[in-house]
Amino acid sequence: MSPTLIAIYVFTLSCFVGYHVIWGVTPALHTPLMAVTNAISAIVVVGAMLVAGWSDEFNGVSLIGFFAVFLASINIFGGFVVTNRMLAMFKRKK
Amino acid sequence: MELSPDFFAFTYLIATVFFIYGLKALSSPKTALKGNFSSMLGMALAVGVTLFHPEIKSLIGVIAGLVGGAVVGVALALKISMTAMPQLVAVLHSFVGLSAVLVALGTLLSREGSGEIGTVGLIELAVGSVIGAITFTGSLIAFGKLQEFLKSAPLSFSGQHVFNLVWTLVMVALGIQFAIYPQFIAFAIMTGMALVLGVLLVLPIGGADMPVVVSMLNSYSGWAACATGFILGNPLLITTGALVGSSGAILSYIMCKAMNRSILNVIFGGLGSEQETSGAQTGTQKVKSASVEDVAFLLENSSRVIIVPGYGLAVAQAQHSVKELYQVLTEKGVQVKFAIHPIAGRMPGHMNVLLAESDIPYDCVFEMEEVNGEFSTTDVALVIGANDVVNPAAKSDKTSPLYGMPILDVYKAKHIFVSKRSMKAGYSGVDNALFYYPNCSLVFGDAKATCQALIGAVKGE
Repeated sequence: MSPTLIAIYVFTLSCFVGYHVIWGVTPALHTPLMAVTNAISAIVVVGAMLVAGWSDEFNGVSLIGFFAVFLASINIFGGFVVTNRMLAMFKRKK
Repeated sequence: MELSPDFFAFTYLIATVFFIYGLKALSSPKTALKGNFSSMLGMALAVGVTLFHPEIKSLIGVIAGLVGGAVVGVALALKISMTAMPQLVAVLHSFVGLSAVLVALGTLLSREGSGEIGTVGLIELAVGSVIGAITFTGSLIAFGKLQEFLKSAPLSFSGQHVFNLVWTLVMVALGIQFAIYPQFIAFAIMTGMALVLGVLLVLPIGGADMPVVVSMLNSYSGWAACATGFILGNPLLITTGALVGSSGAILSYIMCKAMNRSILNVIFGGLGSEQETSGAQTGTQKVKSASVEDVAFLLENSSRVIIVPGYGLAVAQAQHSVKELYQVLTEKGVQVKFAIHPIAGRMPGHMNVLLAESDIPYDCVFEMEEVNGEFSTTDVALVIGANDVVNPAAKSDKTSPLYGMPILDVYKAKHIFVSKRSMKAGYSGVDNALFYYPNCSLVFGDAKATCQALIGAVKGE
């Protein structure tokens, strides 16, 4: 199997996992869901890190990579912290 | 020591599992916080191990980016108010989009001419860059509309659908050309056109439909991450992107259903363009109005009360007053529940967060399906800042633009009180048939002032 086909396999199965997991999320938590998916979609940081550190010397491409890491990192920290803030507000009856 | 590719792949798998558990834990507010920590752990693992990746030769840019982003991100997340959550989410989506574009661009430039990228790789780069670019500018426009930098009214020109189609076809042609003869100029023009397309797709959508747009862009940001995963051949990005993509897609579907819109209409833009007002049907009838004292008297002598909050409540900053009202009524032995329509806020689940912020316990807040059967046994339904979502015309009047939209069955309650500023129609511009029901009275005034007056009246007896 070619690497591309393996990727398509992984992709297809992940969509099914996503479909089932997300329908299980309670509608009351849909805003935190969006915030946290925001944070984890910043997983593109892995790709950004590879671009930012691709060469020994700092050049144009490293600069592009640096911006990509910076933006993704805002998402990671911003997304997780704000999700945490929201979830901490949900309390039961005393 | 050089770590083997399998080591990275395996660690990424563990991170994926942490993410899936993190989302799964959102099935209940009891486990949700634990879930968030699980997702954080997954991310820490993924980032931490990537620092040791053999392809990374210099860490300066990487560390600077991570630290800088952390400072900005944490500051942003701590400062933002809960009513502004849709704006924050929109702006964060745009960052993921731009980041994906930059990764595609950087990957192309760093490997250009080395012959490392085959045709499939070039197609992946093109797709990744285009999805990222649409997400970036689309989210920026959504942010502008939510923050009211831009006019929230739909903005489109005649023939825009045809124009968008032709525009897209040119982009596809450029993408194919790029895959066959990998010239940078084709890639650049195509990405530039995708940036414009993002603007064209979101501008025609009106402010009231933003919950759908924000969900849809959430989905796009996931697919952008996914496409980046294809470019790099990294299953972690593919899996995570697919999780986020399906999440956004499901939320868009839920929002579309709750607003009675077709999903295709949203994807191709121009969603708000068919709005027409037809408020003539009940124009001659008279509405009743009630005084605060009347409402307070009925409230404290009820056994079951359902409060229906809408975004108007948040606009009037009345959340805390409502919470106080909830408290004084509960102390008097009245059972108080909150009923939430899926589009009560400006993004999915927004109203739940706003109520939670004002310390209203989540186990007395109910979704439409859970609570609709209870209105017929409810003494008083109190509607604050909501309008279209309680309009019974959506069920009975085939000529109403709202017809077919699921509503909260407030009209079945014994008494209905609607706190309203004026007789102005809701977002849809449709007159509300509920106001002319014999069991419904309007309480005129600002939502916050009305709540405060009610609290005073209930307390004072």
